[in-house]
Amino acid sequence: MHIKTQMKKAVFALLLLPTLSFASTEVHLDKAPIDVSNHASLQRGARTFINNCLNCHSANYMRYNRLQDIGLTEKQIKENLLFTAEKVGDPMTATINKNDAKKWFGVAPPDLSVEVRARGADWVYTYMRSFYRDDTRPSGWNNLVFDKVAMPHVLYELQGEQALDHQTHKLTLVKPGKMSTDEYDAMVGDLTNFMAYMSEPAKQQRNRMGWFVLLFLGVLLVLTYKLKKAYWKDIH
Amino acid sequence: MSDNHNDKHQASSLSNHAPNTSRIASQNSIDAEKRKFLIATSAVGAVGCATAAVPFVLSMTPSERAKAAGAPVEVDVSKIAPGDMMVSEYRGQPLWVIHRTDEQIAKLANHDAQLADPNLEIPQQPDYCKNKDRAIKAKYAVMLGTCTHLGCSPAQNFAVTADWDGGFVCACHGSKFDLSGRVYKGSPAPTNLVVPKHQYLTETTLLIGEDKESA
Amino acid sequence: MSFLTKKADALLGWVDARFPLTSNVKAHLTEYYAPKNFNFWYFFGSLALLVLVLQIVTGIFLTMHYKPEAAMAFASVEYIMRDVPWGWLIRYMHSTGASLFFVVIYLHMFRGLLYGSYRNPRELIWLFGVGIFLALMGEAFFGYLLPWGQMSYWGAQVITSLFGTVPFIGPDIAEWLRGDYLTSDATLNRFFAFHVIALPLVIIGLVAAHIIALHEVGSNNPDGVEIKKVKDKTTGIPLDGIPFHPYYSVKDLVGVVVFLIVFAAIIFFAPEMGGYFLEANNFVPADPLVTPAHIAPTWYFTPYYSILRAVPPIGISQFPGVAAMGLSVIAFAFLPWLDRSPVKSIRYKGNLYKGWLTAFVVSFLVLGYLGTVPADVWGQFGAWMGKADIATVVARIFSAIYFLFFILMPWYSKKDKTKPVPTRVTG
Repeated sequence: MHIKTQMKKAVFALLLLPTLSFASTEVHLDKAPIDVSNHASLQRGARTFINNCLNCHSANYMRYNRLQDIGLTEKQIKENLLFTAEKVGDPMTATINKNDAKKWFGVAPPDLSVEVRARGADWVYTYMRSFYRDDTRPSGWNNLVFDKVAMPHVLYELQGEQALDHQTHKLTLVKPGKMSTDEYDAMVGDLTNFMAYMSEPAKQQRNRMGWFVLLFLGVLLVLTYKLKKAYWKDIH
Repeated sequence: MSDNHNDKHQASSLSNHAPNTSRIASQNSIDAEKRKFLIATSAVGAVGCATAAVPFVLSMTPSERAKAAGAPVEVDVSKIAPGDMMVSEYRGQPLWVIHRTDEQIAKLANHDAQLADPNLEIPQQPDYCKNKDRAIKAKYAVMLGTCTHLGCSPAQNFAVTADWDGGFVCACHGSKFDLSGRVYKGSPAPTNLVVPKHQYLTETTLLIGEDKESA
Repeated sequence: MSFLTKKADALLGWVDARFPLTSNVKAHLTEYYAPKNFNFWYFFGSLALLVLVLQIVTGIFLTMHYKPEAAMAFASVEYIMRDVPWGWLIRYMHSTGASLFFVVIYLHMFRGLLYGSYRNPRELIWLFGVGIFLALMGEAFFGYLLPWGQMSYWGAQVITSLFGTVPFIGPDIAEWLRGDYLTSDATLNRFFAFHVIALPLVIIGLVAAHIIALHEVGSNNPDGVEIKKVKDKTTGIPLDGIPFHPYYSVKDLVGVVVFLIVFAAIIFFAPEMGGYFLEANNFVPADPLVTPAHIAPTWYFTPYYSILRAVPPIGISQFPGVAAMGLSVIAFAFLPWLDRSPVKSIRYKGNLYKGWLTAFVVSFLVLGYLGTVPADVWGQFGAWMGKADIATVVARIFSAIYFLFFILMPWYSKKDKTKPVPTRVTG
C-alpha cells in the first residue's frame, strides 16, 4: 500500500497533477493596513514605489497619469514622479534593463502591477519586513516568507539589519536603520496600500457603483414581483 | 434583457387572447393593476437596459493606451529648408509642416477666386489660424495631410507654373490644395485640410495637439 | 380600432404571409401551455438562456480587445482591466458569468433528477441537454486558457496530458491537441478559435434543439404527471396548462432580477469570489518553467477531477482515472434508461430512491470540495492503512457512491416503494 501510494504520487507528478503540495513551512502573515480611500497614504506609497521599486521592477500595466485616481494632478505627476517615462500617459517601466537584471539576480525581477492580486497584500506587507542577514546567500540576504529569495534587501538602510533566531524562528533587529520600527512599518504599509490600489485601480469605482446597481435591481425586483402577482391572481 | 422588455409590451395586448379556461378568470375588462405594473416594470426595465448598454458602447471609444499614443507631440521645425516641408505623425495621420518662402506666402492671395472656401468660413482650423496665412507664423503652415474627401494623403507639387501656385494634388480623386491647405473649386474634397490645434513652445519647437487655450 | 392598430395589424399580416411569425409566437409563447405548478426549480432553464446571452455579448466585446498570442495575452487582459473604458466591468461579467453558468446548469440538471424530467417522452431533451453540458465544459476549459496566467497554462497542460494517457495513441493525441510539444502559442491560438466560434455555435444549435424538443412534448412538472392527458373537451387545452406568455414570462422575470442581484453583488463586491471564480495564481503570467505548488481546476470541474485523482493507476498507466472521469460526466446521458421507477417525480418516489439521490448529491459536493484542495489536506492515516492520505480514501469512497447511484439505479428504482400518482397536478 505504501509503495503503491508512493508510485502513484510519482506518476501524478510526472503527469503534472500534483497531489503533493510542497511542504511549506506556514509563515504567519501580518495584516496589511489597506485603505485605498486614504489618498495621503497612497501618495506616500506611490513615491516609495517609484523611487525604490521601479529601479528594478516594472509596473507595465499602470500608467503614470492614472495616479490622478489617488488625488494627484497631471502636473504634480509630471514634475515629481515621472522618472522612467517621458509622457504622463506612459506605463511605469523599470529603469534597469531586464536582461541585465537577470544576469545580476539570476531571475528577472517580476512585473509588480498585479503582485498584490497574485500574492495578497498581507504577503507583500510581511515580505517587505522579513528580510534578514544570511551570508550563505549570494546577495547576503534571505527572507522569512520567501526562502532563498533572489532580491536583496533594498530598504535595509531604512529598516536596519535583522537576524533570524533559528530556534524560535523569529526575527530580531540587530543593527538599527535610519527609521524606527514603527516608521518603517508605516512606510511599508503605505507601499503595500499603493500596490493594492495599483493591482486593481478600478476597485473603488466598482464598489461605489455596486450599491447603485443593487438599489436599482431592488426596485425592479419589487415591480416585477408585483407584476407577477397581478397576473397570477387569475390562476387558481 | 431587451427581449424581456419587449415581452412586457406584448403582454398587454396578448393577455386578451389568453384562453378562457376554468382556471383563468375572465380578462375581457382591462385590469388596472396589471396595466400599472406593466408600465412601471417596462419603464424601469427600459432604463436599466439602456444604462447597461452604456459601458458596452463606451468600451469601444479610444482606450487609455490610444489616448496616450494620441497625446500631443513636439515637432522641431528648425531643420526644414525654406520652400520645403516635413512629414511627421500625429494620431496616426501624416502631419505636414511647410516652411513657406516669402514668395510663396505672397502668392497665396493670388488665387482666392479659384478656391472653394478662401476665407476659411468652415471651421477646419482653430480660430487663431483663421487669418490670411492660415497659420500662427506665416512662415510655417501646419496641417494634417489627410484629404478631406476620402482620407488619402495628397502628394506634394510645389513646382510653380503659369496656372499653379504650388500646393498638393491628391492621387486618389484629383483634389487640389494650395500651400495653406485650402481646397480648389471643382475638387471632390468638400473642405480645406484640417489644421490641428498647436502652439509654439520655442521659436522653432511646435507642440501639436494642444494650444494655449486648452492647456 | 384606431388607425395605428390597423396599420400594425396590416404590417403583421404582411410579415405573416412571408414568415410564420404569429404562428411561432403562438406555438412557443402565447399558446405554449406549461403546467401551472412550476416551482423554484423551474427558474433555471430561462436563467441558463439569459447567462448564455450575457456570455455571448460580453464575449464579443472582450474579443475586440483581447490578443490570442502567448506574448500578449496576459497583458491584453490587464489592458482590458485598466485601459479599455469599462473593460473591467465587461471582463468581470464574463468571468462571473462563466461560474454562474455552471451554478445555474447544475441546479437545472438537479431539477431533472428530482422530477424525472429525463423520462419518456423527454429522453431527447435530456440528451440534447447532456450535449450542451459537455460543450459547456469544453467552452469553459478552452476559455480558461485565454488569460494566460499560471493556472490557465498549467490547467491546459494537465488536461491535454490526460489525453496522453490513452493507451498507444495517447501521446500523439496530446501533441495534436496542443499543436506543439507543450502548451504554447499554437495551443492558445486554437483554444481561442474553439472558445469564440466553434463551441458557441455548437451550444446555440443544441440549445435550439433542446427547446424545440421540449415544446414538442411539453414540459414536465413537480408532480411528474402529463398535463396533456387531461384536456378541456371544447378547446383541447390541457386543464392544468397555462400559456407560457404572459404567465411564465412575468414569473421568470422575477427570477431574472433575483439572479441579476446575485450576479451584480459578485461582480461589484467579490469578483474573485475568494479565489474560486478568479484564482490568485492566474495573476502571474504563464511560465512554462515553473509549476505552481498547488494546481486545481476551477470549482465546477472539481468533482470530476477528484474522481480522476481517486482512481488508482494500473501499473504506471493513469488511464483508469481518466476513463473514470470521462464516465462520471457521460453517466448522466444514460439516466433515461437506468431509471425503472413507475413514477417520475421525487414526490411519489420512496425512501430508497430519496436515499440514493441524497447520497449522490453529498458525494458530488464532497468530491467537489476535495478537488479544490491538495490530497494531504486531512493528513494521513496511521501505518495500519499504509499511511494513505485520508482525503484520497474519502474521495475513493464517494467516487464509488457516485457511480453506484447510476449503476444500481435499475435495481433500486424498481424495488423502491412508490406512492400513487394523482391524475392532475397538485398545488
